[in-house]
Amino acid sequence: MENFTPLSAFIGGSLIGLSAVLMMLLNGRIAGVSGIAGGLIVPFAGDWPWRLAFVLGLVAGPPVYLALGGQLPDIQFPVSSPLAMIAAGLIVGFGTRLGGGCTSGHGVCGVSRLSVRSLVATGAFMFTGFATVYVMRHVMGG
Amino acid sequence: MQRIISSFAIGILFGIGLTIAQMVNPAKVLSFLDLAGNWDPSLAFVMGGGAGVAAIGYRLAWRRPKPMLADMFQIPTRTDIDARLIIGGGLFGIGWGIAGLCPGPALASLGLGRSEVVFFVLAMTAGFALYEVYNRVLMKSQ
Repeated sequence: MENFTPLSAFIGGSLIGLSAVLMMLLNGRIAGVSGIAGGLIVPFAGDWPWRLAFVLGLVAGPPVYLALGGQLPDIQFPVSSPLAMIAAGLIVGFGTRLGGGCTSGHGVCGVSRLSVRSLVATGAFMFTGFATVYVMRHVMGG
Repeated sequence: MQRIISSFAIGILFGIGLTIAQMVNPAKVLSFLDLAGNWDPSLAFVMGGGAGVAAIGYRLAWRRPKPMLADMFQIPTRTDIDARLIIGGGLFGIGWGIAGLCPGPALASLGLGRSEVVFFVLAMTAGFALYEVYNRVLMKSQ
C-alpha cells in the first residue's frame, strides 16, 4: 500500500467527473471515450468534428497540465512488448464498442446515473481485469 | 463551432484529470487490478470522485430543458442486459488487465509522447473498426 494516493486520485477523478458534467451541460452527451472515439470510424455527416475535437483535447491534456506547472507521475509500463500492446489494444477496441462503453462511459457516467447496464458492464470489466492480472502475475508469472 | 471548441476544452480537462489521477500510469492501474499482490486501491477513488461529481452535476444540468449548445440531452435509455454488454465488458477488462490501459488514458499518453502506446492505440482503432464490420455482417445476416 506504499503507493496509495487517494487524494490525487480523488482530485483527478473529480476533474474527469467535471468534464463529464460539462459535456452533458453544454453538448447533452455522455463523455464516454470509446463511444466518442469509436464514432469517428464511421463518420456521420456533421457529427465527427466535435468527436475529433474531444479526442485531440484528450491528447493535448497532459502537455497543457505540464505547461501549467503540473508534475508528472513516474510512469511505467510493466507490459510494453508490441505483441502484447497490439493484442490488448484490439481487445479493448472491440470489447468497449461491443459492450457500449469503457471506464468513462460506463464506469463514471453510467455508474453516476445508476444505469443498470453500466453497473453490469463495470462489474464485468472489473472482474475480468482482476482475473487477467491475477493469471498474468500469479499463475503465469508466479 | 462552439460545440467543437467546447469539446476540445472538455477533452483537455479530461486529459488533465487522467494525468493527475495517474490513470496514464499503467503500473498504477495494474497494481489496482492486482488484488492478490501489493494492492493499491487508489483508482477506486478516481471512479468514486468521477461518479460522485457526475451524479451531482448531471442532476443540476438536467434542470435545464436542453443543453446550452445542443438541441437535446442524449442519455442512454436501454435497461436490458444482453450478451453483448457482458461479453464486451468482459473482453475490455481482459485487454485492460494485460496492458493497464483503457481508451482515455491510451489517447492521453500519446500527448505524453509515450511510444509504448502507439501500437496499443493503432490496434484499438483497428478494434473499433472490426466492431463496425462485425456489426454490419451481423445486421445483414438477420
